[in-house]
Amino acid sequence: MDLYTVLKLVWAGLLCVLLIGLGLMVGMDMGVGTLLRFVGRNDAERRTALNIIGPHWDGNQVWFILGGGAIFAAFPTLYATSFSVFYVVMILLLFSMILRPVAFEYRSKVDASTWRASWDWAFLASGFLPMFVYGAAFGNILQGVGYHFAWNGQYYQDSSFLSYLLNPFAILCGLMAVSLSVFQGGVMLMMRSENPIYSRAQGYARTGALVGAALFAIGGLWIRHVRGFVLLEGQPGMPANPMQGQHVSMEAGAWLHNYVAHPVLWLLPVLGLFSMVAGAVFVSASRPYLAWWTGVGSWVGTIGTVGAAMFPFFMPSSTNPDQSLTIWNSSASQYGLICMLVVALIFVPLILCYTAWCYYVMGGKVRPENIINDTHSY
Amino acid sequence: MDLINPSVVDLSRFQFALTALYHFMFVPLTLGLTFMLAAMETVYVVTGKQIYKDMVLFWGKLFGINFALGVATGLTMEFEFGTNWSMYSRFFGDMFGTPLAIEGLMAFFMESTFVGIMFFGWDRLSRPAHLAVTYLVALGSNLSALWILVANASMNVPDGAHFDPETMRMTFDSFIRVVFNPDAQAKFVHTSVAGYVTASLLVMGISAFYLLRHEHRQFAARSFRMAAIFGIISTVAVITLGDVLGRMDYEHQPTKIAAMEGLWHTSKPPYEPWIVAALPDDAKQESYFEIGVPYVLTPLVTHSFSTPITGMHELEEQAGPRIESGITAVAALKRYSETHMAEDLAIFQAHEKDMGYGFLATRHAPNQDVSAITDEELHNVVEQTKPDILPNVFVTFWSFRLMVFLSLYFFVIFAVAAYLSLKKQLERFPLFLKLCMWSIPLPVLATEFGWITAEAGRQPWTVFERLPTFMSASTHGVGYMLFSLGGFTLLYSIFIAAELYLMFKFARLGPESHGEHDPENGTPSLSVIAH
Ligand code: HDD
Ligand code: HEM
Ligand code: HEM
Repeated sequence: MDLYTVLKLVWAGLLCVLLIGLGLMVGMDMGVGTLLRFVGRNDAERRTALNIIGPHWDGNQVWFILGGGAIFAAFPTLYATSFSVFYVVMILLLFSMILRPVAFEYRSKVDASTWRASWDWAFLASGFLPMFVYGAAFGNILQGVGYHFAWNGQYYQDSSFLSYLLNPFAILCGLMAVSLSVFQGGVMLMMRSENPIYSRAQGYARTGALVGAALFAIGGLWIRHVRGFVLLEGQPGMPANPMQGQHVSMEAGAWLHNYVAHPVLWLLPVLGLFSMVAGAVFVSASRPYLAWWTGVGSWVGTIGTVGAAMFPFFMPSSTNPDQSLTIWNSSASQYGLICMLVVALIFVPLILCYTAWCYYVMGGKVRPENIINDTHSY
Repeated sequence: MDLINPSVVDLSRFQFALTALYHFMFVPLTLGLTFMLAAMETVYVVTGKQIYKDMVLFWGKLFGINFALGVATGLTMEFEFGTNWSMYSRFFGDMFGTPLAIEGLMAFFMESTFVGIMFFGWDRLSRPAHLAVTYLVALGSNLSALWILVANASMNVPDGAHFDPETMRMTFDSFIRVVFNPDAQAKFVHTSVAGYVTASLLVMGISAFYLLRHEHRQFAARSFRMAAIFGIISTVAVITLGDVLGRMDYEHQPTKIAAMEGLWHTSKPPYEPWIVAALPDDAKQESYFEIGVPYVLTPLVTHSFSTPITGMHELEEQAGPRIESGITAVAALKRYSETHMAEDLAIFQAHEKDMGYGFLATRHAPNQDVSAITDEELHNVVEQTKPDILPNVFVTFWSFRLMVFLSLYFFVIFAVAAYLSLKKQLERFPLFLKLCMWSIPLPVLATEFGWITAEAGRQPWTVFERLPTFMSASTHGVGYMLFSLGGFTLLYSIFIAAELYLMFKFARLGPESHGEHDPENGTPSLSVIAH
């Protein structure tokens, strides 16, 4: 394998790690946001729930920002095409995402109950919607999306946003992502709260894990009938240009080809399913720390499953399959990938260290009576 | 090739300008306030005086209210390149995505992770450790400005990259040249120092408000003095760096500097006046009612007395041959993409440096296809394309003027403020205090004008001389644009209303409002979390 191919593969792997980190960390905060109105029945309880993630949500959110930035740097064509193809959906995602930072900072700074209730609804929307869109995007990509390129690289959109929103398989995937985030958020609340929040969170976390497992299983059976894509012609070391050099066919069930060729890949869906079920068990047994780590397994399992099925595709085109975006034809230049790799190798370990340190500093249970009188808290 | 619907391009530009200008209402304050907070906390840690901790807590609260909107609106920016500038993002992704991703890795993570500890960690960290956290937040926000400006400078001075006909994209040659782009360095200092001016005036203005009401007097006087000194230093720096930036434009972006100075014809040194005010007419290509100061322009821009500055008419004439050569380049590139003949590649490479001008001509080519231009039509197309190389002169000229006038005003106001507060004479001049108060929004205004100068002056390019703006946008319907514009307008209006409300509320309440003030025994502050 030449260096360029290796770099493309490494970056595809890193992208997976990033998507997992995003699902896990941002999903956790989103889950807390979604659950806020349900685990907290009065203002003090809601503030307790908020302050559990209060010191960390902003840092976690950077996973989301970095998700955008890293795709831009490592796979610019993917960034440019996927965000435009899903324009309306992306904008909806943005609308809900930008509500969140404001809701955190502003909610508890005014005493009026309508003010606070409005921001609580904003938390619900900005927790549920982004996770739904995140999952639904995977669902759409698995089925292929409609776009093609002109000779100079200008992309054109071939189908309307409605087909991306009102699409049963995508809705299934979206709901699965929401379930996982509810699970993770519930577990986080359990780790840092006491009754009554604790027991309510326990109930939601268990439901989240079980619903997630069920949806994942249904999705697995469904995918056999979804039209997949097969790369017939196209070199891993090719110049990163989707306009030429590739031949792709579509056939139902093709997403299982990689699993047939390499049965060891089945470990990924098994890991996903197993983690979700184990998560529910640990939650019931009041072992939130163990449950949190099964959340990691769930995200690795689900995103790994999709990645293994689609490899080497990123975003197949249903209207001009030969111009489908793959790991091979949508990356940055070799030099650019090297630069980014060096930077990532320096900074990612550093980020992990200081993030862990912050959780360590802020560890321990949060109680309503500590919050009510403190104007620093959210 | 189909052109993008021009109204979609215009709406995309409008939306980008709206969201970027909006993001930049909050960013300067973050840049400046984080460093002011760090400075105040340093004094607290060194002297142990409670009043300095009160200052940190109070100004920190205002910082938090502002920061939330900086983050929220920044999120929009990060995704807008992909959603609205698809062609640009693909074409320029190597150069632009890389600094952006580094910004995330190096700066946003640091700033955002530690900002939580800064707010919530007072009772969990030793004083020096908390101080270190505050410095890390300040460093993080300023590093984020550095990397985004590296990205922005690379579209103004696309150095360290070449166009690759195999991939139809710009390809990185040198990371070092992108990072050490002199335009980026100058922009970084100018912008972050502009942030310090903004923060200084905010602190000064609110302190003036307390002094006028005779509330929190000791607190206000100290805050005022610190801000005035911080402010005068920053203003001098902003003006110095502004001069450097002007020279940078003179060297790399002749169309921008000519438009900024309203210079229709090449200057005649040394007499050429610096135009203070005029009414440039873009359609007629001349200015009315010019008022100027003779002998100033040449040394100001070129730092010499004899070098002429090329005017806009002359720049248009010089562009003619480049447009012609660019048309050849793009036609050869198109043939090459279809047939991969070595001779087409050779033709393209001979004309490569003018490729952008060829793209610029597509608007005027029959069927928007420059490869179909006949020899008879060529002259016409070139003539029609020439005026396209100029930015909107009225906008560029006036936004630059307003930024400069405002900076002179800041210089005066900070100088007087520093003098009076050091002499402890402030409270004898209530009118001056009022003036400080009413000047709070002006640095934000100056910053916005600066960005309009820089971005409108870059037109018609997104990547200077490489990729025209009208080709850069995503292709989707007007309906999509109206949907997003409507939503942003609605949400952003709600946000600004909420932010102003809270800012006023907490500024009025004053420093004691956080419930921690206890002069007797230090800091019995309530912790968020008890073990
Ligand atoms: C408080 C804000 C502020 C103040 C007082 C000034 N500036 Fe400024 N200026 C900015 C805030 C700013 C800015 C918003 O930060 C910009 C936009 C792009 C940039 O790099 O900085 C800018 C851009 C900008 C540019 C365009 C750079 C480009 O082409 O990309 C020039 C030539 C100047 N400035 C020059 C000046 C001069 C000569 C000033 C004073 C005499 C001055 N600025 C005061
Ligand atoms: C790295 C930072 C930035 C990048 C990459 C960038 C990029 C762009 C792009 C792609 C456009 C649209 C195309 C165009 O009209 O040129 C644009 C326009 C514009 N941007 Fe920026 N921008 C940046 C920062 C900013 C900031 C911070 C502001 C304002 C505070 C700003 C103000 C504007 C304005 C006013 C326009 C409209 C100019 C016009 O259409 O005439 N930009 N910029
Ligand atoms: C020159 C222009 C810009 C500068 C100097 C700048 C600087 C900053 C700073 C200092 C922050 C910290 C938060 C705050 O200030 O309130 C911030 C936030 C942010 N900016 Fe900008 N910005 C600029 C333009 C842009 C552009 C063009 C983008 C998009 C690519 C962007 C993306 C973001 C994001 C995503 C955040 C949120 C980060 C977080 O969660 O902490 N900014 N920006």
